[in-house]
Amino acid sequence: MLGFLKEPVVVTAEINVNLVALSVMGLISRLWGLCYPRAVVFDEVYYGQFVSLYMKRIFFVDDSGPPFGHMLLALGGYLGGFDGNFLWNRIGAEYSMNVPVWSLRLLPALAGALCVPLAYQILVELHFSHCAALGAALLILLENSLITQSRFMLLESILIFFILLAVLSYLKFYNLQKHSAFSGSWWFWLLLTGVACSCAVGVKYMGLFTYMLLLATAGLHFWHMIGDQNLSNISLLCHFLARGLALIIIPMGLYLSFFYVHLALLYRSGPHDQIMTSAFQASLEGGLARITQGQPLEVAYGSQITLRNVLGKPVQCWLHSHTNTYPIRYENGRGSSHQQQVTCYPFKDVNNWWIVKDPGMQQLVVSNPPRPVRHGHIVQLVHGITTRYLNTHDVAAPLSPHSQEVSCYIDYNISMPAQNLWRVEIVNRESDTDVWKTILSEVRFVHVNTSAVLKLSGASLPEWGYRQLEVVGEKLSKGYHQSMVWNVEEHRYGKSQEQKEREVELHSPTQMDISKNLSFMAKFTELQWKILTLKNEDTEHKYSSSALDWITMDTNIAYWLHPTSGAQIHLLGNVATWASANAAALVYLCLSLWYLLRRRRKIYDIPEDAWQLWTSAGGVCAGGWAVNYLPFFLMEKTLFLYHYLPAVTFQILLIPVVLQHLGDHLCRSVLLKSMLSALTVAWLSSVYFVYCTFSPLSYGQPALSPTELRALRWKDTWNILIRKQ
Amino acid sequence: MGSYYINRTFFFDVHPPLGKMLIGLAGYLSGYDGTFPFQKPGDRYEQHNYIGMRGFCAFLGSCLVPFAYLTVLELSKSLPAALLTAFILIFDTGCITLSQYILLDPILMFFLMGAVLSMVKCNSCADRPFSASWWFWLSLTGVSLAGAMGVKFVGLFVVLLVGLNTIYDLWDLLGNLSLSLVMFGKHLLARVLCLIVLPLALYTAMFAVHFAVLNRSGPGDGFFSSAFQSQLIGNNLHNVSIPEHLAYGSVVTMKNLRMAGGYLHSHWHLYPEGIGARQQQVTAYLHKDLNNLWVIKKHDSDTADLSDPSSPVEFVRHGDIIRLEHKETSRNLHSHQHEAPLTRKHFQVTGYGINGTGDSNDFWRIEVVGRKTGKLIKVLRSQVRLTHVATGCILGSSGKTLPKWGWEQVEVTCTPYSKETPNSLWNFEDHINPKLPNISLDVLKPSFAEILLESHMVMIRGNSGLKPKDNEVTSKPWHWPINYQGLRFSGVNETDYRVYLLGNPVIWWLNLVTIGLYLLITVCTAVALKRGVQLTSELKELSRVVLRAGGQITLGWLLHYLPFFMMGRVLYFHHYFPAMLFSSMLTGITWDALLKFCAVFLSPSTTARKIYGGGFLALVLLILYRRERTKRGEIREKTINDRLRDQQCF
Repeated sequence: MLGFLKEPVVVTAEINVNLVALSVMGLISRLWGLCYPRAVVFDEVYYGQFVSLYMKRIFFVDDSGPPFGHMLLALGGYLGGFDGNFLWNRIGAEYSMNVPVWSLRLLPALAGALCVPLAYQILVELHFSHCAALGAALLILLENSLITQSRFMLLESILIFFILLAVLSYLKFYNLQKHSAFSGSWWFWLLLTGVACSCAVGVKYMGLFTYMLLLATAGLHFWHMIGDQNLSNISLLCHFLARGLALIIIPMGLYLSFFYVHLALLYRSGPHDQIMTSAFQASLEGGLARITQGQPLEVAYGSQITLRNVLGKPVQCWLHSHTNTYPIRYENGRGSSHQQQVTCYPFKDVNNWWIVKDPGMQQLVVSNPPRPVRHGHIVQLVHGITTRYLNTHDVAAPLSPHSQEVSCYIDYNISMPAQNLWRVEIVNRESDTDVWKTILSEVRFVHVNTSAVLKLSGASLPEWGYRQLEVVGEKLSKGYHQSMVWNVEEHRYGKSQEQKEREVELHSPTQMDISKNLSFMAKFTELQWKILTLKNEDTEHKYSSSALDWITMDTNIAYWLHPTSGAQIHLLGNVATWASANAAALVYLCLSLWYLLRRRRKIYDIPEDAWQLWTSAGGVCAGGWAVNYLPFFLMEKTLFLYHYLPAVTFQILLIPVVLQHLGDHLCRSVLLKSMLSALTVAWLSSVYFVYCTFSPLSYGQPALSPTELRALRWKDTWNILIRKQ
Repeated sequence: MGSYYINRTFFFDVHPPLGKMLIGLAGYLSGYDGTFPFQKPGDRYEQHNYIGMRGFCAFLGSCLVPFAYLTVLELSKSLPAALLTAFILIFDTGCITLSQYILLDPILMFFLMGAVLSMVKCNSCADRPFSASWWFWLSLTGVSLAGAMGVKFVGLFVVLLVGLNTIYDLWDLLGNLSLSLVMFGKHLLARVLCLIVLPLALYTAMFAVHFAVLNRSGPGDGFFSSAFQSQLIGNNLHNVSIPEHLAYGSVVTMKNLRMAGGYLHSHWHLYPEGIGARQQQVTAYLHKDLNNLWVIKKHDSDTADLSDPSSPVEFVRHGDIIRLEHKETSRNLHSHQHEAPLTRKHFQVTGYGINGTGDSNDFWRIEVVGRKTGKLIKVLRSQVRLTHVATGCILGSSGKTLPKWGWEQVEVTCTPYSKETPNSLWNFEDHINPKLPNISLDVLKPSFAEILLESHMVMIRGNSGLKPKDNEVTSKPWHWPINYQGLRFSGVNETDYRVYLLGNPVIWWLNLVTIGLYLLITVCTAVALKRGVQLTSELKELSRVVLRAGGQITLGWLLHYLPFFMMGRVLYFHHYFPAMLFSSMLTGITWDALLKFCAVFLSPSTTARKIYGGGFLALVLLILYRRERTKRGEIREKTINDRLRDQQCF
């Protein structure tokens, strides 16, 4: 019972001095002078505004990626006590005193520093020597581009950290697989793989590439397990379920939780509101919610409503009419009906109000009890101020001649009858008897006579239409498109039958109180969809580059320039490392192909275990490089050099792999081996030399003179800024 | 499109020429005279003779059925499977509609299926390599590949399929140690010859014919470079002679190098209020016009001494600083740091100054791409960049159309980004200088390879230029396999004469279900094999069919479907039809295998055969039954075309 008394309590601590030393060096290299420059550097101007919005709890949408990375940056700001009051408008602007620069930059820098020991561990787990692992870690340590990228408030270093963590934990898990499956540490590393993957995806969608690679690797390994006859079917199933849980279910859950936290944190309305649907906007504090609070939910006959187009492009707008009519003849000579214009107007206006009328009755007020409008009902829409009926007929629309003109009907007594019946179709209905609901229901208005659908064409009318947006009746409405869908935004039950009273009513704000809350999943799907589909228009950038430029590092990015001196920061890789990484990739490919062809003819150049090592290392390093690099050739968005950094990290890991393989298997004589080690040492020192040479451009200090800067311009395509004297 | 071949006028299309040439040939042979305008769908043919062309396409379309039948028969060695596939293709409304009109798709699908069939045939000849039939099928594969590539670029996917299959094949041969390396070399060489060299040669020959037939100037001229245009009879660049090197005092026109880029143009009209400085507009104009003429001047000296006939001619050299004066209005090409009218990040380009006297913002440095300082500048052939001296920006055309005030011409800007794009490159086209000797343009005749390369570049750019507009209902790839919505081919609203491309729902949904089913079967079979389950020889054969033959077909389906998800261009429903062919073949193979599996597992004797036969009959009846119902339904919707009704009779 008291067994522990009989034996002394022993705590054995094993410290890998290499690892500790590397971590310390990594920390020094990334954290040194972190506050300098105390000015906005490159994309900090972009991410900074989101940090500010987090601090102020204001909702935003960023189409560049999921919110986890932004949240981590904001965490730094939160810990540093940042109040969010800084105007992120210009690169190079001095930070005011309330901005905790150090803590904002701390997390990316830490992540960057930890990449060094991670690289070491990955090589060890791949069963390479500690020498090779040390080499890999040193190369990462001395890589100028990684240093630059991790010293500022940017996301790439965090992304690389999570990617490497995921790879490392998968390798650890795989190595434990053989002798201690389902042990505690086995579970730990398996779960950590899933967590790290979802974090990587949560920081940037680029993380998906590595996630896919790991999934494929796990699938392959599992496939080999299926062939293992020693495993029973039950244990195989357990293995399968464990992997499915850790590598698919948990990442998905975590990914959702990022959005949950994101939405929980940001509850105030803000500048990006109008991208979202009315329902979403209404769930935010302030903004639309202030208006819609207290509206009746169900639209009834006699309801006064404003109708917003769901598409929200080119701008959000509401169905609108005013007393002006369409010109009798357009500039190109075509004729119109000369009836009252119907447009889509991007601003709130009393002319946006419409009244839902039952075609069978005269009254424009809501009866008691209200009679709700349901899917499939036929209604007339009466413009509130002018009391004219929404109408469409077989007259070509002003700007889209293949569609019908939509007007508010004026009877000119010219045998052109009113065609003002519309069928309400609720697009997102659950059943065919659904009631038309404020904000929540998305409806199409189908014209009864011509079955044209009320649609926003997206074109803006000329002078006579006050540059408002054109609304047409689309006859060929085969598919679903958001431009044909409308929702009720503001809504109240009309009470006044007289026109004068009604006008007063229309001008008055809405009252009463019902709150509408969207479920989290609805919010998540909408936000996720917006993030994926939102496109930025202007894509040209001075420092943008193509994927092909990256291998040879033909471009750089100027991050910051001192306002007076020549001190500047550039994203610029270590030339020696990049060149040798390319060489290593090439050697790896050629050697693999050679071995593969020879093995096919049953000629084995290297022992089987060495071949296993070679392929598994290649799968991780070369595979990681390929999946993080090649997809960019298919992308059409603006690309920058920093998109290549995850790929180059994997490529760098390949260098020691290839070197050790050369030393172990191809250099047969002792002389060759010692020559190789000598060469390696020489090459490592050249890497160090290049690092030292370019460190002024990575750290931004000391300031260099124009001649020194000119000397650093090793390639003509580099854009190093030289101040004119 | 066939009309153009018959009239021999040059045109431009985003697809390679073979399909249109074949249609043209069919039309020519059947007596079509090439006069019908083919302007918009729905126009009546009236007295024009179009039956030949339609008949040709329909014939190729109907060849798909025997091709699919033979392919499946070869792959699965099972008659019912082959019959089922053929059945599906015969009774699919989509396939019928598509192959009845003058379209490229039946031709494309013909070559595509031809390639697949000959590839499969060649694989089954593998046991006696280098025999006559082996050579025949191998080279036929090559020919079909060239045909598929020559009709549409979608043919690339089938090339990929055959390529992957060949690599797999060679890999197999390499692992066969009884085969000497010399033999392996022979195999490799034969495939290189038949599958790479032969198709390439045919493909090039096709273009040679294309260019040889189309030797007259036509509507497609403007898409091509000046050198290309000089080849066409009737174009004003054909057989003209102009001075070769650019000199000061020359009157020139400058053409933008981007596709369908216009000529540098200016006119008396000013930029309207509020859009940059109120100076004279400079635009890019696609047509030939007197306002496209510019005079090249030195930046520091005036016109007078240059017009003097006795003064020596001075050539413009790479790196010189020049001034461009607009001939009609005598204003200088000018730029300054106001934002451009449409592209806000660029600078505005204007015409400035009176009678050639401007300011230092009129100076441009002229540079030839890839040349050293001091070299002369060649008309037509030099690619020229004009750099604004004061701001360092580069003259370019943004490709955006100006609004009404700019007469809907194309915007010209000065871009501060020094990136090499055809937008910012120009060449000199017309060149008038009385003091210089004229040389014939034939000297500048581009080689065939250059023409080939250029027409490909133009086609590729044209393809990527087909972007969907905002607010336009477009077809999405995921709509296709579920037969979500059809494509309206033709028809006027009032009449019930309409052609609507829509698949037979039963067939399409059956195909869709089958893909899922196939995946399930494959996974089960593969896992069972990997676990080392002992199988009877019959089952072994069956699983081989599922894995090998089904795998090939699935690969084909994936290759013809997945790439569309990554395409940015406008997509249409008919893009799915090649993939649909593969999907139908997969259906045949999968159901055959599935029913056989069921039969084997349930009972060993006669009932097995009954189950097998009954299952097949049920499938076939289902398809037939639904087909009748669908057609009636379509008539009710007035979307069926009159031809389909004729078909009901047989």
